[in-house]
Amino acid sequence: MTIRNKAFIAGAWEHPTRLAPDKTTPQLHAECAAGVLADAGLSLTDVDGYFCAGDAPGFGGLSMIDYLGLQVRHVDSTDTGGSSYILHVSHAAQAIAAGHCSVALITLAGRPRSEPFRGMRMNAPETPFEHWVGATTHNSYGMCAARHMHEHGTTPEQLAWIKVAASTHAQHNEHAMLRDVVSVEDVLASPMISDPLRRLDCCVVSDGGGALLVVAPEIAKSLKRPLVAVRGAGEAVKGPRGGMNLDLTTSAAAVSGPAAFAEAGVSPADIQYASIYDSFTITVLIQLEDLGFCAKGAGGRFVADRNLISGVGALPFNTDGGGLCNSHPTNRGGITKVIEAVRQLRGEAHPAVQVPNCGLAVATGIGGALGQRHGAATLILERQ
Amino acid sequence: MTRTVPAPEPNVETQPFWDAAAQGKLLIRRCNACGEPHYYPRALCPFCLSADTRWEEAGGTGAIYSLSTMRRGKDAPYTLAYVVLDEGPAVLTNIDADPDDVAIGQRVRVGFVATEGGPPVPMFVPISVSG
Ligand SMILES: [Zn+2]
Repeated sequence: MTIRNKAFIAGAWEHPTRLAPDKTTPQLHAECAAGVLADAGLSLTDVDGYFCAGDAPGFGGLSMIDYLGLQVRHVDSTDTGGSSYILHVSHAAQAIAAGHCSVALITLAGRPRSEPFRGMRMNAPETPFEHWVGATTHNSYGMCAARHMHEHGTTPEQLAWIKVAASTHAQHNEHAMLRDVVSVEDVLASPMISDPLRRLDCCVVSDGGGALLVVAPEIAKSLKRPLVAVRGAGEAVKGPRGGMNLDLTTSAAAVSGPAAFAEAGVSPADIQYASIYDSFTITVLIQLEDLGFCAKGAGGRFVADRNLISGVGALPFNTDGGGLCNSHPTNRGGITKVIEAVRQLRGEAHPAVQVPNCGLAVATGIGGALGQRHGAATLILERQ
Repeated sequence: MTRTVPAPEPNVETQPFWDAAAQGKLLIRRCNACGEPHYYPRALCPFCLSADTRWEEAGGTGAIYSLSTMRRGKDAPYTLAYVVLDEGPAVLTNIDADPDDVAIGQRVRVGFVATEGGPPVPMFVPISVSG
């Protein structure tokens, strides 16, 4: 069974807030649900499937389904960190293709700026061996960057070009946290956080959220929105596997990406727009290589050639400013990757960054810690 | 170490590892069925799921695969690293040395560092050229 053309993204909505001290996290989820239903032209009672991940308060989907007032016949709370919501689109398409639901709601929301982080999963099997090392996302991804530089000669200047491209796009987004266009020199002058990653190599921290509606073809065609089809998808999980499978320069996207392209029957050269999860600049570089937009090790040259800048390069990326400049709601950016890809395919991105006649896009993401264990999910989306 | 190191919480699956750590010995786990070593240690082999596995004392030397020195926050600077042991498995650890003196590829040796009320943990220090 393939999900190709079996499901459409009928709704995509990003919460405009970036700081929400006066709201609860469930409330933000509900606002995202209301926003995406209005975007699609559907109502609460149309929803018969619900998807959420670890940011959803409560036990799996149980609390949120009750809080939102949903009545569903399909639920999925698969958590692969920030990539979860890209994977949820794929799982929703599978469920729709199998007849298990016809309108799937995916929500994400959280308030990392307003509410302290509730802590790690201390019952993980690796915890006794890893929690004392002082690993954060910064030094975990820092090790990936350091190894990529060691193996392939990638430079801090090349990584900086990824931030330059994101900031060039973010200047047009009124909701973006960072709207100033930065230069390579600005990135290199920002404080070192964890070698070799500097402050401007890192994404923002933002409150907020987003939601998606994945629906059956006949429902999509009954609505007044442009048709965005799910054409292909892939997912994978990778870790050091007993310490014998350590390779910090290749991510699980090397599996999820080719799987998605194969299902869609297209190649990287066919892609007109790319949403690429940008927790850090290095996260983008490694995914570009793993998805086949350039060879392994050639990512530095690819980005320094301005390829990611809309209207300039071959592969416009993250035209909302991405996690690097726009938003990274509750430290999980997968949903905003899908949302901006849908905007591009609908022709609803900001005119300054809209890809002309955008017909085929990829949304790909990494969740968890690239330096330890992570999940990847890739979607190929098509305007029909 | 400039920072205080939180105590690991041993469990029944890995208690011998921590008992050995208190003796200054680094243990890895090896599978009797497929022969593969692994770290962090599990009761069942992550390559064939055999329960026929055994503790093995590692030589305690290896090379830095990658590293990143945290420059911000109250504990900075400290260096997170993967060390690939000579036996094969990679260990997520800290390099307990001046960050300016460490690099990928450098040979290192294990040393055990005290924690806040728990067993000591394996960190690594560069092997000096003369030593
Ligand atoms: Zn085995």
